[in-house]
Amino acid sequence: MIRYLYGTELTTHADLAADMFRDRTAQFRDRMGWDVQVDDLGWETDQYDALDPLYVIVQSECGHHEGSMRFLPTTGPTMLADIFPHLTGGGPIRSPMIWECTRFCLSPDAGPGVARRLLLAASELGLGMGLSNSLGVFDAPMVRVYRRLGWQPDVLGTENGISAGLWTFSTETHDALCAAARVDARQSRRWFDEAFGDLPVSIRA
Amino acid sequence: MVRKLDDLLERLSDAQNLDALEQAVFALRDKYDVEHLVYHSVKSSGDQWGALTYDQAWVDTYLDQNFQTSDPVVLSCFRRFTPVDWKRLDWTGRQARAILNEGIAHGLGNQGFSLPIRGPSGQFALFTVNHKVGDDSWTRFTRAHMHDLLLAAHYVNERALSLEGDGHAPHQALSPRETDALTLLAAGRSRAQAAERLQISEHTLRVYIESARFKLGALNTTHAVASALSRGLIGL
Repeated sequence: MIRYLYGTELTTHADLAADMFRDRTAQFRDRMGWDVQVDDLGWETDQYDALDPLYVIVQSECGHHEGSMRFLPTTGPTMLADIFPHLTGGGPIRSPMIWECTRFCLSPDAGPGVARRLLLAASELGLGMGLSNSLGVFDAPMVRVYRRLGWQPDVLGTENGISAGLWTFSTETHDALCAAARVDARQSRRWFDEAFGDLPVSIRA
Repeated sequence: MVRKLDDLLERLSDAQNLDALEQAVFALRDKYDVEHLVYHSVKSSGDQWGALTYDQAWVDTYLDQNFQTSDPVVLSCFRRFTPVDWKRLDWTGRQARAILNEGIAHGLGNQGFSLPIRGPSGQFALFTVNHKVGDDSWTRFTRAHMHDLLLAAHYVNERALSLEGDGHAPHQALSPRETDALTLLAAGRSRAQAAERLQISEHTLRVYIESARFKLGALNTTHAVASALSRGLIGL
């Protein structure tokens, strides 16, 4: 299933959270060789995890983390604005309609289809919140992976192997992602509604 | 709808101090004909500022009783950045019910939604729309106006940030790419031509314009170009 959890909600899903932060170590430190902080528990975290971001997590049937990513609004502090403004036209892109997406992570054990489900979940979130775009930070070669998965970002800038990319939300893309992920659109919507039952009705309409 | 936002943005850009900003919030309340609007900003330094149409008696009661420590709206909004509808929150607790009843006794409406806003450098704000209507009317109201009111909330916050910072707001500076995009549009280029000239996709151009629009407090691209020209941020 897909879970949408704010940072503070991770405490009620402690095993899933621990799984996620360890899988992030496996991906970003061990597989990609990024210079990231790993704590005594083997969790990879950074200062943006402390800002109560919104995590989108693909959870397996037995409850394990299969893949995840992290969202923050671009009106507040973001990784792109603080660390990589040169990748987005020389300064931060700020808009209530654009959220930043970072730490796109797949578990080493993730089955085929997890990445597609993750992209579908991002699309569900964007459409559900009435956003226009998402801005991502990723390893430059990932752009080919995203293209293969069916949702290619426009690359805004690349330096030292790190790219900033822009995804545009649309119902056409959403339908295509549902088909590619083999997830019924209503099921995807139910997972979103489970997390955001307290949203005003018009945002969800 | 757009005219209400237009009016707000005009008042906001004319507002040279927090009093004028407060008047803009009252005017917005009147335009939408709702019971109350509340804007409350807390900076990482702890400095607070608010513009709210509530009765002073309710504000005093709220503060005296420390309602913020058990108010479901505050508790749910503090660590998130998506809006909440009041009636979807849990009001079953004794203290929560007491707050609701006390509020209504002080003239609050029975419906509301609140939007948490994240600003730069740890700034946080809460924008609330409160109304006195039945559920069906409330659904119709939010369906019709939600999007604009969320934008209004962000515009009020941006203006408050720049006024509090003595007009110096680095997060509102246009990036070189945003300046390029507006310069080409000001020179009469179409979006397609501007995108081609900058060697970026139209999606990307649109995002630079959207970001510039937000930083300039402009409702549309024409307004953003005019605003950038009048402030000398771009030249013809």
